[in-house]
Amino acid sequence: MKGSRPNKQKNVLPGFGLSLGFTLLYLSFLVLIPLIGIVIRTTDLSWHEFWATVTTPRVLASYRVSLTTAFAAAFINVVFGVIVAWVLVRYRFPGKKLIDALVDLPFALPTAVAGISLTAIYAPNGIIGSILQPLGIKTAYSPIGITIALLFIGLPFVVRTVQPVLQDLEKETEEAAVTLGARRWRTVRKIVFPELLPAIITGFALAFARGIGEYGSVVFISGNMPLKTEITPLLIMTKLQQHDYAGATAIALVLLVISFLLLLLINFLQWRLNRRTAAV
Amino acid sequence: MKRLSVVRSAVILIALTFVLAACGSGNNSNNSQSSSNGNTAQPSQDASASPTGDAKPSSEPKKPVELLNVSYDPTRELYEEYNKAFSKYWKDKTGQDVTIKQSHGGSGAQSLSVIDGLEADVVTLALGYDIDAIAEKGLINPDWQTKYEDNSAPYTSTIVFLVRKGNPKNIHDWNDLVKDKVEVITPNPKTSGGARWNYLAAWGYALKQNNNDEDKAKQFVADLYKHVPVLDSGARGATTTFAERGIGDVLLAWENEAFLSLKELGDKFEIVYPSISILAEPPVAVVDKNADKHGTREVSEAYLQYLYSDEGQEIAAKNFYRPINQTIAAKYKDTFKDLELLNISDFGGWAEAQKKHFADGGVFDQIYAPGK
Repeated sequence: MKGSRPNKQKNVLPGFGLSLGFTLLYLSFLVLIPLIGIVIRTTDLSWHEFWATVTTPRVLASYRVSLTTAFAAAFINVVFGVIVAWVLVRYRFPGKKLIDALVDLPFALPTAVAGISLTAIYAPNGIIGSILQPLGIKTAYSPIGITIALLFIGLPFVVRTVQPVLQDLEKETEEAAVTLGARRWRTVRKIVFPELLPAIITGFALAFARGIGEYGSVVFISGNMPLKTEITPLLIMTKLQQHDYAGATAIALVLLVISFLLLLLINFLQWRLNRRTAAV
Repeated sequence: MKRLSVVRSAVILIALTFVLAACGSGNNSNNSQSSSNGNTAQPSQDASASPTGDAKPSSEPKKPVELLNVSYDPTRELYEEYNKAFSKYWKDKTGQDVTIKQSHGGSGAQSLSVIDGLEADVVTLALGYDIDAIAEKGLINPDWQTKYEDNSAPYTSTIVFLVRKGNPKNIHDWNDLVKDKVEVITPNPKTSGGARWNYLAAWGYALKQNNNDEDKAKQFVADLYKHVPVLDSGARGATTTFAERGIGDVLLAWENEAFLSLKELGDKFEIVYPSISILAEPPVAVVDKNADKHGTREVSEAYLQYLYSDEGQEIAAKNFYRPINQTIAAKYKDTFKDLELLNISDFGGWAEAQKKHFADGGVFDQIYAPGK
């Protein structure tokens, strides 16, 4: 190693400085500056006005609706998304590719189209709604409807984060567990699940965050009833249409902070989990 | 994951088409803004489509122009027809080709887009309030409402009831809307211009009934909104909810939307005229700053002025807007029933009405205050 250049040798791949610089610039334009813009817009309001805007009963109710439906949808998506990923990775069957492609569909479909078609199906005179309505289950125009819309748009997040991990899972550990006498369920619980958990949590976090901010697919199916099915993004739109930029960004800021805190919490959980599994 | 094969993309496409086809039965998305983007005038496109004026030695070479008309939802059909008529008129008059692009959406959202830089040459919105908001930002001269006759509203409309065939709930006037088990469909006044007209019409009725007692009027309107099971964000959305989803017993609708529903959805519905309603004046204005920037002032002004011509008025009437030209109105008097109409000035004008009823903490918000 003669003429070693310690500084340059540090990175195996060249071009780190340039690409990081580009990354920061790119992220600044797309994420950082717009987000700072939100904060700046909000400063048009005094602290008192800000607080009054973001704590009116309607806005508070909308946080509740947005957060609970997004949470419920993300949770359900975790359960069924993992099953979907499991089936797609572990089994071979005809039409597998088709199903695999269907999972991505919510990514491609404009959310407003999703919202309208879901509403058509779940409305009291729709295919599914007309079955549920006589049973006393109101789907469209209720929080259940919102959850359904969020289920639809959130599914790919879970499947696509869990799938690769499941794919890379080494068969040997499972086989070892079986040779050591573990039964199937125990193997899944002790071997497969801990490996998947970080991915599952990531998928949950992504679906949850997406659900909180979702607008297009929800406005059609929610019915937008104040205090009942009004989501926070709708209230933000409402403020914008009244030309109240500051009020709109104030609520948006609260939403951002809530999402950020939740993501932070989820990351923290994940970190603890990783440490524990690493220690074992 | 790695191999996003051709097969898979194809499958996605096919599935997409399928889903779209399955749910596509005439559901126009509320915000579908036909050609709202890319409005940077590209005369070269038109030039390539038709031989340019330069090629013709006879007439003076007037460059083709393009206008962007930013409008609200229920004028889609009206302007499709009017634009054709105007292009022809303008071509005959000046020899210039004019292409008009349309953009439709909720009136408030549309006005916001213009403020944020959608380069509209003209705006034709649901409320004067929405144009005032643009004027406040300096894009339109403050005196816009006096530029054209009749408060710059070349056609008017009103709010009527659309009920299901045979009127099973026996709805004839506003007070029938608050009867037991009647469900009313109207959009959210905070997001929809049309919904504000609905709301004010109900308010005006209640005031009349109660000798201008505001508390009682508020009670009535609050009661009315308790009968609303779904608050759509726009007028078209509400029509879809009522007509296609089958929700509710009565739709509070623009008269022209109600007629359009009858025309398109057949005899499943009928129109009921309440004893009193409101004169809805959707105004028009040239967006001065943009028109000057694009050099389209002359044609933009002519575009709006021509709405007042006999042909423009006929087209408005055929699209179920009430013409303001009395001669043409007389021709269509069988279509447009006479009824007592309140004027926005009865509510102190838009600024006043907006502040009192629809601003945050206003009467509409109070209706939905918790515990009521």
